[in-house]
Amino acid sequence: MAGALNTALRDAMTADDSVVVFGEDVGPLGGVFRVTDGLTATFGEQRCFDTPLAEAGIAGLAIGMAMNGLRPVVEMQFDAFAYPAFEQITSHLAKMANRTRGRVRLPVVVRVPYAGGIGGVEHHCDSSEAYYAHTPGLTVVAPSSNADAYGLLRAAIEHPDPVIFLEPKKHYFSAEQVDTTREVPPIGRAVVRRPGADATLIAYGPSVPVALGAAEMAAAEGRDLGVVDLRSIVPFDDATVLAEVRRTGRAVVVAEAPGFASVASEIAARVAEGCFHHLEAPVRRVTGFDVPYPPPKLERHYLPGAERVLDTVDELQWDHR
Amino acid sequence: MTRDGPIRLLAADGAVVEDQRHSLPPAESLLAHYRTMVLGRRLNELAGALVRQGRLAVYPSSRGQEACQVVAAGALRPGDWLFPTYRDSVAAAARGVDAVEVLTLLAGDWHCGYDPLRHRVAPQATPLATQLPHAVGVAHAARLKGEDTVVMALCGDGATSEGDFHEALNFAAVLRAPVVFLVQNNKYAISVPLARQSVAPSLADKGVGYGMPGVLVDGNDAAALSVVLQEAVERAAAGAGPTLVEADTYRLEAHTNADDAARYRADAEVSEWQPRDPLIRLRAHLRAEGVLDDRADAEIAEAAEAEAERVRTALAADSPVDPAELFAHVHARPTPDVAAQAALLQAELAAQEEIR
Ligand SMILES: Cc1ncc(C[n+]2csc(CCOP(=O)(O)OP(=O)(O)O)c2C)c(N)n1
Repeated sequence: MAGALNTALRDAMTADDSVVVFGEDVGPLGGVFRVTDGLTATFGEQRCFDTPLAEAGIAGLAIGMAMNGLRPVVEMQFDAFAYPAFEQITSHLAKMANRTRGRVRLPVVVRVPYAGGIGGVEHHCDSSEAYYAHTPGLTVVAPSSNADAYGLLRAAIEHPDPVIFLEPKKHYFSAEQVDTTREVPPIGRAVVRRPGADATLIAYGPSVPVALGAAEMAAAEGRDLGVVDLRSIVPFDDATVLAEVRRTGRAVVVAEAPGFASVASEIAARVAEGCFHHLEAPVRRVTGFDVPYPPPKLERHYLPGAERVLDTVDELQWDHR
Repeated sequence: MTRDGPIRLLAADGAVVEDQRHSLPPAESLLAHYRTMVLGRRLNELAGALVRQGRLAVYPSSRGQEACQVVAAGALRPGDWLFPTYRDSVAAAARGVDAVEVLTLLAGDWHCGYDPLRHRVAPQATPLATQLPHAVGVAHAARLKGEDTVVMALCGDGATSEGDFHEALNFAAVLRAPVVFLVQNNKYAISVPLARQSVAPSLADKGVGYGMPGVLVDGNDAAALSVVLQEAVERAAAGAGPTLVEADTYRLEAHTNADDAARYRADAEVSEWQPRDPLIRLRAHLRAEGVLDDRADAEIAEAAEAEAERVRTALAADSPVDPAELFAHVHARPTPDVAAQAALLQAELAAQEEIR
C-alpha cells in the first residue's frame, strides 16, 4: 500500500502544481513508511519538504497555505503523534469553512498511518478515527486495499474540504498491484466486497481483511456472510450499507478501535434505525476493548480477529428463523 | 553565552583543556562515571543484539551519548527525579532502575516495567517533549511541599521544536521551578538534521528567551558535563530556578534498528565522530592520570559483562504475560463495561484451552 500511496502522490503532484507535501522525515528519507519516497528528488524541495518537528505547526502551516491557494498533503508520523495537532485540526481545519460562511475552504489532506497489528510499542497503534469522525467539517477516509488507497488518496487531494486519510499501517507492505487507470472511487461510496445471503459484516480500513477472513471461514461451515467495506467513514454511505443489511437481516460491525462511543456504535445505530423491520437479530459490534492499546505481547488478545467475529455471528439468533 | 563554543574540560585524546572558570571533578567521581559508561555501552550493544534475536521489538540506541546518559543520572541526589525519553534507557539504568525492568517496554511485556515513584524515574516518554511539562509539575509540587527536589528532564534536539518544549521552559522559568533541562543534541531527529529544526545560534541560546541560563557543553566530555550539570542541579536546589543545558553530541547508530541512516547521512560524517567517542576520551584521561590501570580496566569490563549476561538471561526467558492485565489498570475501579470485557476474554481463552 505504501507504493500505491506513493504513486497517488506522484500523480497528484504531476497533475496539479498546487499540491505540496510536508511533514516529519518526508523529504530525503521518504517517510518512515516510505510513502513519500523520491518526491523531493522528483519535485524539488519546494513541493516536498521536512518541517521542524511539531505537529501543531504542521497542521497550522497547512491551514495557512491552503488559505493562500495551495493544496497541502501532510503526514503525521503515527496516529498518536497527531494528537499535538488536535487543536489545529478540530478548532481550525474543521471549522474554517463554517466560520467564514464558506468563503475560506481548506483542501488539506492529513495522512495518518493508523491502527495496530504491527507489534508496535505504545503510541504507535492507536485507532483514532472516532475523534475525527466526531468533528463536524472533517471528511474521514480509510482505505482497505491498495487500489482504494490509490484512488481515495487522489480523490482526497481533489476534495474541496479537509480530509483525514487513515492508512492501515499493517497493510503498508502488501504488494497487491494497482491499476491506476481505473476510475477513482468517489469519496462517500461504500463497496460490497463480498455479497452474502445470511448476514452482513460491516468494516473499514484494517478490519476489512479481518471480515473477509471471517466470511471465508464461515463459508467453509456453510454460512454465507457478506462484507461491506465503508471506505469513507464521513460521509457515510447509508444506501449501500442499509441495502445489504435489509437483504440479509443480520449485521455485525467490525472495527479495531475501542467500542464505546465509537464509529462502530454510529454504524450500529444507523443500521438499527434504517433496517428495523428487516432485522432478525440485534445489530452487534466486534471492536477493540475499552482499554488503551496494549503492548506487543498482548496485542493478539485485544485485536478483534475472525474468531471473535464468528463467535458473535453465532449469536445472531439463528434458531428464530 | 555560547559564542565561544561548548564548555570542554577534556580534549578528544583525554588531555586536560585549560579552563579559567571550571575545575575538573575529582578523579574518583570520573572513574565512577567511567564504570557506568562502560556498562551503558555494553547495554546498548546487548539491546542491539536482542533486537536481532527478536527479543526486543525495537531499540533506540544511545551509543555515543553514554556520557550524557550516565552523568545526567549521576548528577541527581537520591530524592531527585529523572524524566527520560525512549532513547534514555541507559540513563534510567544508571539511575538505579534494573535494566531488565527498563527494557520491559521494548520487550513488549508492558508499557513501563518499573515503578516510577519508587525510583523517581518517570516512564520513558515516546511522544516528543510531552514529558517536559510533567517534569515542571513534579518540580513545582516539590517546592509547594517544601521538598528539596530537583528534576532532570531529558529530550533530543528535534523535540525542542515541539510546543510542549516551549511551554515547559516558560512555565519552569516563570515558576522558578527546580528543573534542569538537558537537550542531547545528537544532530538528527530521525533523518532531519538540526539545521532544519532551528537556526538559533545554538539550542542553549534559547534560554535567553525564557529568562534562564543556557549552557552549551561538550556532550562527549563526561568531566565537562559533570561540572555543568552539577552546577545546574545546585542552582535549582538553591531556589535559583531552571537551567537549559545543551549537550553537543552525536548519535553514532541509526535512529533505531528499523531506520536506514545511509539514506540521509554520509559514513564520513559518522567516521568523524568516532574518535570523539565519550568512552575513548574518558578512558584515555583516566589512564593518563594513573587512576585506571590494566587491572581496574579489566575488572570494569568484567562487571559490565556480568551485568549484560544477567540481563540477557532474564530477557531470554519467556516471561509470561497475563491477558487479564489488559483490563487491570484502566480504572481504579473497573467500569462494568471493562469488567464484562475482561470476562469475555477469559471465556474465550478458556474455550481455546478446552479445544487444545
Ligand atoms: C509527538 C511526536 N511526534 C513524532 C514522533 C516520532 N518520532 C520519534 S523519535 C523522533 C525524532 C526525535 O528526534 P530528537 O528529539 O532529536 O531525539 P533523538 O531521537 O535524536 O534522540 C520522531 C520524529 C514522536 N515520537 N512524537
